Amino acid sequence: MTRDEETAFIEVKGITKRYGGVTALDDVDFRIRAGEALCLAGENGSGKSTLIKILVGVEQPTSGHIFIDGKKYSQLNPRIAAASGIAVIFQDFSLFSNLTVAENIAFSSQLSGQARIFSHARTKQIAQAAIERIGVTIDLDARVESIPVAHKQLVAICRGLASKARLIIMDEPTTALTEREVRTLLNIIRKLKDDGIAVVFVSHKLAEVLEVCEEVFVLRNGKNVANGAATEFDAASLTRHMTGRDVPAALPPANIDQAKTLLSVESLGKKGAFEDINFALKAGEVLGISGLLGSGRTSLAKALFGLVEPDHGTITLAGEAIPLGDPIAATKAGIGYVPEDRLTEGLFLTQSIIRNVAVGRLDHHQKPSGFLNLGSLVDEARTWIERLKIKAPDIEAAVKSLSGGNQQRVALARWLSQAPRVLILNGPSVGVDVGSKADIHAIIHELAETGIGVVVISDDLPELLATCGRILVMKGGLIDGVVAGGTLTETELATRLAS
Amino acid sequence: MSMRLLKSLITKNETLVAVVIIAFCIIATISDPLFLSATTLSDLMRASIVIGILAVAAMMVLVSGGIDVSFTAVAVFAMYSTTVLTLGVMPDMPWYFIFMISIFIGGCLGAVNGVFVVFFRLPTLIVTLGTLSVFRGFLLTFIGSQRISALPPEMREFSRMMIARGTTEAGSFYAVPWAFAALVIVVALTLFILHKTMLGRSIFAIGGSVESARRIGVNVRATQFFVYCYVGALAGLAGIIHGAMGRMADPFSLVGLELSVIAAVVLGGARLIGGYGTITGTLLGVSLIVLVENSLIVIGIPSTWQSVTIGLLILVGTGLPAWQAKRAAARAA
Repeated sequence: MTRDEETAFIEVKGITKRYGGVTALDDVDFRIRAGEALCLAGENGSGKSTLIKILVGVEQPTSGHIFIDGKKYSQLNPRIAAASGIAVIFQDFSLFSNLTVAENIAFSSQLSGQARIFSHARTKQIAQAAIERIGVTIDLDARVESIPVAHKQLVAICRGLASKARLIIMDEPTTALTEREVRTLLNIIRKLKDDGIAVVFVSHKLAEVLEVCEEVFVLRNGKNVANGAATEFDAASLTRHMTGRDVPAALPPANIDQAKTLLSVESLGKKGAFEDINFALKAGEVLGISGLLGSGRTSLAKALFGLVEPDHGTITLAGEAIPLGDPIAATKAGIGYVPEDRLTEGLFLTQSIIRNVAVGRLDHHQKPSGFLNLGSLVDEARTWIERLKIKAPDIEAAVKSLSGGNQQRVALARWLSQAPRVLILNGPSVGVDVGSKADIHAIIHELAETGIGVVVISDDLPELLATCGRILVMKGGLIDGVVAGGTLTETELATRLAS
Repeated sequence: MSMRLLKSLITKNETLVAVVIIAFCIIATISDPLFLSATTLSDLMRASIVIGILAVAAMMVLVSGGIDVSFTAVAVFAMYSTTVLTLGVMPDMPWYFIFMISIFIGGCLGAVNGVFVVFFRLPTLIVTLGTLSVFRGFLLTFIGSQRISALPPEMREFSRMMIARGTTEAGSFYAVPWAFAALVIVVALTLFILHKTMLGRSIFAIGGSVESARRIGVNVRATQFFVYCYVGALAGLAGIIHGAMGRMADPFSLVGLELSVIAAVVLGGARLIGGYGTITGTLLGVSLIVLVENSLIVIGIPSTWQSVTIGLLILVGTGLPAWQAKRAAARAA
């Protein structure tokens, strides 16, 4: 029997989903066999999430059918989907932070088992069995709120296993992970496949996709635009299918040899975080900082902006010393900081674009009378929407209604409107789709050309290699070395980080 | 393992409240050696029955991620209307029937809250603030606003039933009423529901994250509806005990107590954001509040300072663990 003749575990035929007048999915066919890993790719708004929601029964298709083990359904609900063995690991993991690891893992299997009485011993047993299957060790009695992100993801996977999942859908599982954690995850996915579990892997990162997935399925504007064996795709073709256009390759770093030094950091140190940090940033330079989680890169980034107070050392901007541990002074001196987690640290999600852009410099929009000059606020927001190509219905739209890439641009606009001299970008393209990512990289280059010094802190190695002239590699709180961008490959940089 | 246990003990509200209670008792005993007696204990036990039952109920709502401020109105409504009904229909009804009627009425009023919260998806604070006024207003307008001191004989009989009574060596009288058993039963039942049933674990899950609970197939609506009915039923029970023990059905009583009750629960470690709360903590919180309300005078603090003391206890009792947690988080980052 050839693979094509095998009955697919799940087959979706002619699924269309309309929300009002908007077609989110248009006549999509999709199949997956046991033990197979399929990569579902597409930009934000391409219909990926809708397809996932239909598979788990949260949304009902407008037309079309779903076959599970050959049995035909015109719609699913969460209970049928769970009983058939479909489990999703959402980007936010959907865990209960107030409950223990064991309970999080065992909860859904106990619910579907129709149990009314809760047994602590049984819970631990189920959880233990699940974590043994993927061969990791996690403290079962710890509350989920107290475990690291990578472990939360493993808990979510274990939860799927405990409820006898036969298909695990992972929604962008690697965005919050460091390189080493991604390795662990990919190994686990291989184990799952050997166990006969099908995996749908939603990701933009081609290197990962090629490593574990046999099939690639690309959605664009609700339509299936390409599918086939993963080996038939390369980074450029995958991007082209997702965006429908050719995304320019990385731009060459600007020539900055003649430029004067803008920011210089001398023997900066904070006990337990980083030590002996020295570097200089020239005007127009893009400097990368990378390192594994716990290498001190995030603390250093925060220290540059005053969010973390270093114990000793100096930071000087164009010859002037900046007080340590004082973000307001840093802002005044002309340093901008776009945080890693824009949702909780960067943006006011429920507020409009105009408010988010203006909040950093309301005093510039003050009329002599003391009232706000609404006209100039609006003009400024409009200018930035245009300059950064923010896709939004209007400037009054709430930021949470925008896609990840557009949210990130709003966060950038806020700082750019203050005309900073140095801009620190922590994870500039986390949760941003490929098209927007290329645009953000282009924006970074443009900024550098205007003479702004840019510091990019990131885990995304291709991103660092594409945008940065130099990359500081951090390890155990120290600068372990400096590499020039474009001189080495992603794999070399990865080895360098992990060694 | 034991390090973690020790660490979690230090950072827990329960420990802090227990320490304050013990310190209070030591100071009280020093200033008045008679404080440490069966009489004080039985008085405190008597005073904690009604507030204890209400606190257990309020704790469950907080765990589910909601808040209920209407339970005092439910309690007084159930108590008063049950009394009126019993006197009008069958004054000689056995006390346990009277209790069941009050519990039933309370449960029905809780269901009203449940309907608004679950089916109209309104914020719980707004719903229960509304029903607090509506229930109370309805009671005073349509059922009665007169105090009834001629209670059904069985209710009076209930208040005289004692588990233990006697005179201490110092010559003061003590008595532990059977009504205290109601608190014990409520505690045992709630412990069982919260920790030994999937329903209880679902309540914790919903309090942790409604969206996640829905995604893994918890019946969120049914669970929330149960919580509000259960709280109503407990309020009905607390109300009728309050009436029987006070030997009077007073339609103006109880309402106003809700914030003290919620304070006791929060003091015991339940979080207003939902998902966290323990029976032990709640009972400790209740003990502390009852102690402060009844015995502050013993350690030489005028009783007018009661609310100041309770307020400070809440600020320190909930602020300290929160501050510690924040520091621990900052260190981890």
